[in-house]
Amino acid sequence: MDIPYTSEPRQDTGLFNAKVGIWLFLASEVMLFGALFSSYILLRVGAEPGEWPHGLLNIPLGMTNTIVLIVSSITVVMAWASLKMKNFARFKLFQSITLLCALAFLGIKSYEYHDKFTHYEVWLKDGKIADGHLVENNADTIVLHHAHYVDKEAAAKVTHAWQEREIKEEEITIKKSDIRLREGGKLDMESYGPWHNTYTAIYFTLTGLHALHVIGGAIVIFFLWGPLSGMWKTDPERYTNRIEISGLFWHFVDLVWIFLFPVLYLL
Amino acid sequence: MQATTHALPHGAVAHEAHHEELGFWRKYVFSTDHKIIGIQYGITALIFLFFGFCLMMMMRWSIAYPNTPVPVVGPLLEKVLGADKGVISGEVYNQFGAMHGTIMVFLGIVPLAFAAFGNFVVPLQIGAPDMAFPRINMASYQAFVVGGIIMLVSFFIPGGAAQAGWTSYSPLASAVATQGQTFWIIGMVFLITSSLLGAVNFLATIIQLRAPGMTWMRLPFFVWSQFVTGFLLLLAFPPLEAAAIMQLMDKVAHTSFFLPSGLQISSLGHISGGGSPLLWQHLFWFLGHPEVYVLILPAMGIVCEIIANNTRKPIWGYKSLVYSALTIGFLSFIVWAHHMYMTGMGTKISTFFQTTTMIISIPSVIILTCLFLSLWGASIRFNAPMLFALAFLPMFGIGGLTGLPLGFNYSDLHLHDTYYVIAHFHYVVAPGTIFGLFAGIYYWYPKMTGRHMSEFWGKVHFWTSLIFMNLIFQPMFAQGMAGMLRRMADGGANYSAAQVPGAIGGLSPMIMHFNQTISIAAWCLGLAQIPFIINFFWSIKHGKPIASDNPWEATTLEWQTPTPPPHGNFEKAPEVHRGPYEYSVPGAARDFTPQNEA
Ligand code: HEM
Ligand SMILES: [Cu+2]
Repeated sequence: MDIPYTSEPRQDTGLFNAKVGIWLFLASEVMLFGALFSSYILLRVGAEPGEWPHGLLNIPLGMTNTIVLIVSSITVVMAWASLKMKNFARFKLFQSITLLCALAFLGIKSYEYHDKFTHYEVWLKDGKIADGHLVENNADTIVLHHAHYVDKEAAAKVTHAWQEREIKEEEITIKKSDIRLREGGKLDMESYGPWHNTYTAIYFTLTGLHALHVIGGAIVIFFLWGPLSGMWKTDPERYTNRIEISGLFWHFVDLVWIFLFPVLYLL
Repeated sequence: MQATTHALPHGAVAHEAHHEELGFWRKYVFSTDHKIIGIQYGITALIFLFFGFCLMMMMRWSIAYPNTPVPVVGPLLEKVLGADKGVISGEVYNQFGAMHGTIMVFLGIVPLAFAAFGNFVVPLQIGAPDMAFPRINMASYQAFVVGGIIMLVSFFIPGGAAQAGWTSYSPLASAVATQGQTFWIIGMVFLITSSLLGAVNFLATIIQLRAPGMTWMRLPFFVWSQFVTGFLLLLAFPPLEAAAIMQLMDKVAHTSFFLPSGLQISSLGHISGGGSPLLWQHLFWFLGHPEVYVLILPAMGIVCEIIANNTRKPIWGYKSLVYSALTIGFLSFIVWAHHMYMTGMGTKISTFFQTTTMIISIPSVIILTCLFLSLWGASIRFNAPMLFALAFLPMFGIGGLTGLPLGFNYSDLHLHDTYYVIAHFHYVVAPGTIFGLFAGIYYWYPKMTGRHMSEFWGKVHFWTSLIFMNLIFQPMFAQGMAGMLRRMADGGANYSAAQVPGAIGGLSPMIMHFNQTISIAAWCLGLAQIPFIINFFWSIKHGKPIASDNPWEATTLEWQTPTPPPHGNFEKAPEVHRGPYEYSVPGAARDFTPQNEA
């Protein structure tokens, strides 16, 4: 006996096996990201006033990435539709656009990550806090670009990213001897990496996990597009199904981002 | 007549009929056949159960005779774990405790109850040739093995394995200075992945691969129990995975997801704070509670099959069983915070979870009642599987009923974190689930091997296990109510004022004395497993050969195959004409009518 319904749908469920499988899998993915989004809410509600940063991320870049992913979602559908219409060349074309979009997304994302890893908060001995991009780390001074001194009281009044604030940005040079010391003698300065506060923690975790999904999805799409595309000749129906399944996953990855973008960038 | 009951086992014939012979590795190690994978899961899980049991036997030494060298294995402990003179220190006890819990739950019971029995039995019972995704099935087993190895290896890294209990509460889990917790998390990620792949596969198989005529209400109850279990694993594990990722971030990227502001622990170094320890507990128990139903539902399913078969009667209230299982599945997602009454999460929230907890006990009681009523008026065959199945009922009953006082906010304040809790949930999982699993092993063994396990040694195994289980766990209720806390390496000797005459609030000498009697019973329980282990291996070659492919004269489809079932399972695609438990149908030629009989 062979396993039935590998490509033709079962009558009472109307689905072939892999389609049932991917929907179940996506249900579990919803729970995974759902738990992280819930954690986001709990951490944000529990944050002390002024501790949750707003407007920290670059909205135009985030918006670009949103558009990139939406485009890729469209091309994924077009690719599948092309196969349904037996147009293999067009499938190849659309799916290569999907792959380029995935690369573009990851490129922009890594730029944003890099930006946060060079973005520093520096506590000075006189109680002031400097905030900016570290461009020079010399023997006895550091230089921050696009920097300003933080006004904690003003920051505590900001509760959403869209609230207007006036921050004058300038270049600041700081003597290392003016920087407060931590226990153990290290300078009290720190980049906006995941360790910085609970916002950056959840930001890196959510987007990192999402990026892993993008990479995973792109790898699958790439293999079906390239090395495994010979299956189109031997078993076109099953091949089309596989493209559909990988497309469903890709839509999910896209959908997660549609939630991530406003939650992390705009609110 | 469409039945394919065979007069003689002819697995050998069926094997020859199968064209492409696979090499040893493809056939037994990297197999995609659900029956082989089921057996792989089963044997690996039994080994882990045994290992978890050994950890517990050493812990029981420390509880009964604290600060004295462990006999027999003491030198080994000294060599491997650096235990000074073979004495179990607090750290080592914590490692053993955490890993006993983790191994028993995630590497023992779940793989055995869900993956092993599910793999072997479910496709056969629904009349399918294999699982829906055989290669994912293999990947699931491999992820399980990798996760298990990571857990085992963690004993040998500097500082040893995780020490924060199977619940791994933060900040404790992050604050322990060693890397055991990191290994625990990474191991868990593999185990969770394995469970997810398994769950997707089982659900897809049950939804898609039921044989023609196998409608939902003709499914054997075991399949239903696996179906609900699959959903629990699918939806409850991801939040734990999320939590594990965040705890890993706390550990390696120095985030503060679970570390509150103002927390100062030197091993943590500089932290930003702002996190929430309660968040971990919520996410953990969001998995944790459905998990207990993952541990119990498959056992209920097995017991139901065996009771129907050995009472030679239809199950009483099949539909009630099915709807109860579904209700349990749904409700088990909204009771989790009954594990958190003591956290100060607020009385309103406590009241909500107290209410849902009381409601979920109803379907559990319905299931138990149906199974009890099924015995009414039956002429019961008391064979080894049936004995274990019968004992499951009162044992699970005790475990379940003693859970009610823990579900009430007020009484839990007194009982929380005491040995009462240990006794309660072990009654559910040890004489409960494990007895159900033993029953399943004795019951389906003939289908796997073509031979019976010895009845006599099975009964010896049963009676000794039953007695010692109760001698172990019954006194723990008393200890807990007297106030003995769990997770103490010396069983409360130091903590309580037990040794000070006249002190108020101390544990009485009798309560303390139970520590020794329990431990002795635990080691005897270990000895009681020897007949089982020998019986299990000996019978593969020397057991009594089965008289037919359907030795128990059962109705369900797994018995209507050749023995052992060949690749592809059925000689002819089965067609189902009736419900699962048509025993003693008036007017029928025999006292059982297989599901595929027209
Ligand atoms: C049948 C033999 C077993 C015995 C005698 C036994 C004994 C014990 C004891 C004495 C403890 C308490 C340790 C302490 O609080 O310091 C414990 C904890 C525990 N056991 Fe068992 N156990 C058995 C089987 C199982 C099984 C089958 C499971 C599977 C679900 C299991 C799961 C656990 C868990 C989750 C804990 C809690 C660990 C923690 O505190 O983090 N045990 N066991
Ligand atoms: Cu619970």
